[in-house]
Amino acid sequence: MKKAVITVLGHDKVGIIARVCTFLSEANVNILDISQTIVGGYFDMVMVVDITGMTQDFDKAVDGLASIGEEMGLAIKMQHTEIFDAMHRI
Amino acid sequence: MITRNEILETNQMIDNANLDVRTITMGISLLDCADADIDKFNEKVYNKITTYAKDLVKVGDELAKEYGVPVVNKRISVTPIAIAAAGCKTDSYVSIAQTLDRAAKAVGVNFIGGFSALVQKGYTESDRKLIASIPEAMAVTDFVCSSVNIGTSRNGINMDAVKEMGEVIHKTAELTKDRECIGCAKLVVFCNAVEDNPFMAGAFHGVGEADCAINVGVSGPGVVKKALEEVRGEDFETLCETVKRTAFKITRVGQMIAREASKRLNVPFGIIDLSLAPTPAVGDSIAEIFQEMGLAEPGAPGTTAALALLNDNVKKGGVMASSYVGGLSGAFIPVSEDHGMIEAAAKGALTLEKLEAMTCVCSVGLDMIAVPGDTTPATLSGIIADEAAIGMVNNKTTAVRLIPVIDRGVGESVEFGGLLGYAPIMAVNKYSCEDFIARGGRIPAPIHSFKN
Repeated sequence: MKKAVITVLGHDKVGIIARVCTFLSEANVNILDISQTIVGGYFDMVMVVDITGMTQDFDKAVDGLASIGEEMGLAIKMQHTEIFDAMHRI
Repeated sequence: MITRNEILETNQMIDNANLDVRTITMGISLLDCADADIDKFNEKVYNKITTYAKDLVKVGDELAKEYGVPVVNKRISVTPIAIAAAGCKTDSYVSIAQTLDRAAKAVGVNFIGGFSALVQKGYTESDRKLIASIPEAMAVTDFVCSSVNIGTSRNGINMDAVKEMGEVIHKTAELTKDRECIGCAKLVVFCNAVEDNPFMAGAFHGVGEADCAINVGVSGPGVVKKALEEVRGEDFETLCETVKRTAFKITRVGQMIAREASKRLNVPFGIIDLSLAPTPAVGDSIAEIFQEMGLAEPGAPGTTAALALLNDNVKKGGVMASSYVGGLSGAFIPVSEDHGMIEAAAKGALTLEKLEAMTCVCSVGLDMIAVPGDTTPATLSGIIADEAAIGMVNNKTTAVRLIPVIDRGVGESVEFGGLLGYAPIMAVNKYSCEDFIARGGRIPAPIHSFKN
């Protein structure tokens, strides 16, 4: 299974999860885990997703999510999980 | 399973502490380009570089996007031209520098290193031609970097070359004086140069290397500084442990990117260089690490000890994080490329003499230091000789990258722009070393026993 991490940071508003999940569903990306908190009106979400069957190129998906972020005033990143494994696991 | 906190910690380092992969440098051997006809040699060099490195920038950018970590520079190092071009029948190697420049521009890299000669023990005819070509080559090209190795711990110091390099630096400054003497920012003089260094201006692809290799330089002074903020006031054990752990994490990212770059480019992975390399940006500075450790300014008493522990613990953490460590690996202290060092130099906290002492324990040497334009070639040679002696005796790499700023003096500054930054012109000891430098010949290799 190929996995990626999506992080969303910014001011809370209606429809953040809906927009991100619609985008992922259209790209055939399965969500494995979501953890989300709001601290002082600040929205903070981390998602782990399965990209094995993703129908988009990875870099296009990165751009797509980033542009949803721009529209909604959020920072949305998608990264391969290897960077986190490399840094935190021996 | 990676935890939420680990994900946030990594992204925090990237977004707020300038964690990046500083350079992916492709080393390319030019030994098989040899030709007596210089035009044919140039053509072969251009074709080899543009073929091997055609996807380097694309792959670097892809990796940055997919892993979310900036890959700041994509660069190329080549076989020292004095070796690769030794068979050419020609009087000047300037056209080769121009070829390297064209090739660098064609593939989109921002520097190409290897306009170099290794003369620690003596000159070949080709070495002489290369060194004589340096000033003009630096003036007529934009991205070519040059280096000359004038000493090693095994061979001693070639003082004829030291003398000549003082003159070459001065002439390079003269020829580029309309552009802030930028030529000198691309020229470095080494003792104990390493063959797999990915960082400029000193990168070249040594003759012991494979045909092509990917070497990666990681960075992250900002990450170390942020980590040290958490242990403010704690003892040295905690301080060293924090640097070590942070260096480990930074290097693991570099290692992962290097492996992936090597796979995608289908080029063997060479080494990771563990250097902490600053940029002029706030939050990406070695000087800020010193301040966080408890020094009011870099240059204050204690700075050499602070640098020694920083350098050592970066290596200790980094060595465990990567299978192959090489290059220069340590902390760089370029003055013009670090806003904290610039400020310390401008207010007189940091002097040339203190920087020289610091180079005994850092990874390289006197780097990106602007000196008055009326500094004589002999004085430049004297500074090179001092720095080379430190490297030779201590079995370490030392380097000198000085910029004599023509028609300017102490109190004025020079602005290179971009990663090269800007620098206040620092005072140089005004007493002469002319007769010492004029002696010529070689300083014999030091004894390798009776270490005290």
